[in-house]
Amino acid sequence: MRSICFYFQVHQPFRLRTYRFFDIGENHYYYNDFENSHILRRIAQRSYLPMNDLLLKLMKKHGKAFKVTFSITGTALEQFQAYAPEVIESFQRLAATGNVEFLAETYAHSLASVKSKTEFRKQVELHSKKIEELFGQKPTVFRNTELIYSDEIGEMVYDLGYNTMLTEGARHILGWKSPNYMYCNARNPKLKVLLKNYRLSDDIAFRFSHHGWPEWPLTADKFVGWLNDVDAKEEVVNLFMDYETFGEHQWKETGIFDFMSALPGKVLKDSPYKFATPSELGSTMQPVSAIHVQHPISWADEERDLTAWIGNEMQDEAIDNLYQLEEKVAKCSDPEIQKDWHNLQNSDHFYYMCTKWFSDGDVHKYFNPYNSPYEAFINYMNVLSDFIIRVNQNCGAEGGEYHKLIEKTEELGKEIESVARNTFKKTAAKVKAVFEDEKGKTYTFDEIKDMSNESLKKLVKEVDIENWVYALKDAGEEFTEKIVPNFTKKAAKEYDKLKEEIKIRKTDIEASRKSISEKISKLFS
Amino acid sequence: MKVLMFGWEFPPHITGGLGTACYGLTKGLAKQNVDVIFVVPKAYGDEDQSAVRLVNASDLIIDTADTDYQEFWKKITYMEIGSNLIPYVGPEEFKRYAEENKLDEVTLDEKVYRTKFTFSGKYGKDLLAEVSRYALIGAGVAQKSDFDIIHAHDWLTYPAGIAAKKVTGKPLVVHMHATEFDRSGENVNQEVYEIEKKGMEEADRVITVSNFTRAIVIEKYGINPDKIFTVHNAVDPSDTEVGEYQRHVKEKVVTFLGRLTFQKGPEYFIEAAAMILKRDKNVRFVMAGTGDMMNKMIKRAAQLHISSNFHFTGFLKGSDVDKMFALSDVFVMPSVSEPFGIVPLEAMRSNVPVVISKQSGVSEILKHALKVDFWDINGLADAIWGLLHYDSLYKMFIKYGKTEVDNLKWDNAAFKVTEVYNSLFK
Repeated sequence: MRSICFYFQVHQPFRLRTYRFFDIGENHYYYNDFENSHILRRIAQRSYLPMNDLLLKLMKKHGKAFKVTFSITGTALEQFQAYAPEVIESFQRLAATGNVEFLAETYAHSLASVKSKTEFRKQVELHSKKIEELFGQKPTVFRNTELIYSDEIGEMVYDLGYNTMLTEGARHILGWKSPNYMYCNARNPKLKVLLKNYRLSDDIAFRFSHHGWPEWPLTADKFVGWLNDVDAKEEVVNLFMDYETFGEHQWKETGIFDFMSALPGKVLKDSPYKFATPSELGSTMQPVSAIHVQHPISWADEERDLTAWIGNEMQDEAIDNLYQLEEKVAKCSDPEIQKDWHNLQNSDHFYYMCTKWFSDGDVHKYFNPYNSPYEAFINYMNVLSDFIIRVNQNCGAEGGEYHKLIEKTEELGKEIESVARNTFKKTAAKVKAVFEDEKGKTYTFDEIKDMSNESLKKLVKEVDIENWVYALKDAGEEFTEKIVPNFTKKAAKEYDKLKEEIKIRKTDIEASRKSISEKISKLFS
Repeated sequence: MKVLMFGWEFPPHITGGLGTACYGLTKGLAKQNVDVIFVVPKAYGDEDQSAVRLVNASDLIIDTADTDYQEFWKKITYMEIGSNLIPYVGPEEFKRYAEENKLDEVTLDEKVYRTKFTFSGKYGKDLLAEVSRYALIGAGVAQKSDFDIIHAHDWLTYPAGIAAKKVTGKPLVVHMHATEFDRSGENVNQEVYEIEKKGMEEADRVITVSNFTRAIVIEKYGINPDKIFTVHNAVDPSDTEVGEYQRHVKEKVVTFLGRLTFQKGPEYFIEAAAMILKRDKNVRFVMAGTGDMMNKMIKRAAQLHISSNFHFTGFLKGSDVDKMFALSDVFVMPSVSEPFGIVPLEAMRSNVPVVISKQSGVSEILKHALKVDFWDINGLADAIWGLLHYDSLYKMFIKYGKTEVDNLKWDNAAFKVTEVYNSLFK
């Protein structure tokens, strides 16, 4: 049985806003929301929504005979959720037909596969979870960012639990071999590898509307003719392309939708091919040989290598600085930092810094918000500088220590606080008890013996000297020694004088002592 | 092929980029087997004459009896409008010229009908009178010389070009190195504008130094686009060795070099400097050059409290310029309107990365330069910051900048000019 495998890539990066150096440390918002929502909504209207509708119609028409496969990045899904939720619903309707497969990839459309194994694993897991959540199927086949592949990456992917992977059928890798077979990884033959037929894929993706192309205009009949020209022994034709091909790269007016609308029927009617998904191919086909890829390949540019993202001084500095943060970020639970960490890994940022276009004069401007790779670099580095500051403050080694210290300090503070509270409570209770004791207590004249000089001075002033004379009569030395020294000089003189002059009756003594007792109660309770 | 070329200045006596450009171009033309008779108002005697036969207009004897001259003089008298037109002149010179000219009550006729004319050789208050007299001489030179094409550089020489064409009937090429709109913004001097327009209308071909200038010529002068050709300038390879000069400051140095006039946008440089210095005190800014905005700029730097890190050098020339580049880490050209702008090329030739305004002709041909709108102070500051703080960016510019400039050869520009010449005889 011969198969055609259609796989479409859906990705939109989080484009950065113009971020100046004086924003560093001041402003932590990095994205150009207007541009991102604007571009996303435009492409949704022109491409994703109409093409999804078309595919849905084709599936209704051809039933199980027509199948397609998608890989949608986490970054794109987040933007759909924010700016165009109807696109998610539309993909969900496609998923519900059972004729659509979703692939696994890195959540952030990142270059983690060549920079960090642990980050790569984390992102693949995160992406798989998101796909399962939204579309109810757990991906079993893997495609890497920009179809980047090497022997090492393939081995890593198998270790993550995937047994089939997609990549580019790059000429310099294949040599005389055909991409139209199943291959396997050179290090671990258990990983099956499907290769893009770049000629037939690019006939649709790039050349479709090119009037200078001798084959223009391309019709479904012609394309099926080419499929039939493929050597009968060859088993599978992999047509891998960006989903934006339909309606955005190739406008509706070019007839791309009509072409796609006619193609499945023609294939099923006039050719021996059936449509299949990568997981079906993975479970039915046997590899013809291993494919050796020592240095990573991709589906980009003539070179089909990584030079669009990595290699010039600026790209290397930017990406190295970013991945140096990995360990610190891993220790950090702040959701904002995690979000920015992912978004800053979008491969697109490094693509904008590519200087290759200078030499062939073909400046790659499509969706590129920058006028030059230099501007792209400066802007990215400004953002990254701020991100580094935040990461160092909030997480990472120094940050971790700092946080522990803060936690310790807080604990200690709480302890001190509780001790202080208890002590205060006890003291307050004691004071309260004392006050309650004193309150309403009636004092007797005898109290004077226990009073301080300070209190006595107060008391002395409040009472007439004459009264003191009465009260102290026969009261004994205990009392006179307490009171008399607290008289002012003048009062003392008067006391001595009155003591000689006044005749004292016993009733007067009682009355004076009583009035003084009342005075004490009034003053001190 | 033989070309009669009218210029206003020639190295080493230059006040702007025009002299340098003429020199480079004529050298390139010489290699293309084009003979050039270059007419300048006053030759000092130490110009490099290896490439051109330099005719000193002051040394030319005029036969005032010749009726052609008299007739021509009648034609150009209407272009003679003396007034306060002083391009390319610093504040001190401005003052001196103004004072001199108050005393100068000599009538034009007296000057003109002397048998031998002496030109000041500098732009002065009686500039338009000199332009007219130069035209008269131009016609004289034209009649006595053998050539195929007349080539006039900038408006100052257009009347001479027109006169030469009238006298000999040979085709005229005018070369727009700048327009009045670049020099004065929207407040153009009407007389100069008229001379430029007339020159381009009379010309068989117009060469502009950039598409930026070409667009102005089409839009603001209404010249037929079919006869306008863009030939970008180039720069001579440097003969100074980089690193020859010892740096005496440890801070990074950011340099502005040009006349301090409206056209060059010095105020944007100062504002950007202030923004950077707020963040990073380890930078020094140098403003090299002089002009009518100098005092204003010094005041502004003081107002912004950045004078301790912001330095003025006055006018630099010759080896001082090379020295300045050797000491610089970043060169900035924030021109408001720059027909071409040769200085950034000289900076790159000395391995200095450049930030240039998008409103410049040179930005059309440079890839390895940071480009910002002149009014975008934030963008300007950010670009300078990036070069100062991100090593790999700096390295990229060093790596590719010099090569890029070395490939901009006067030979190529001269070749394009000969193509324009040849198109006249098809």
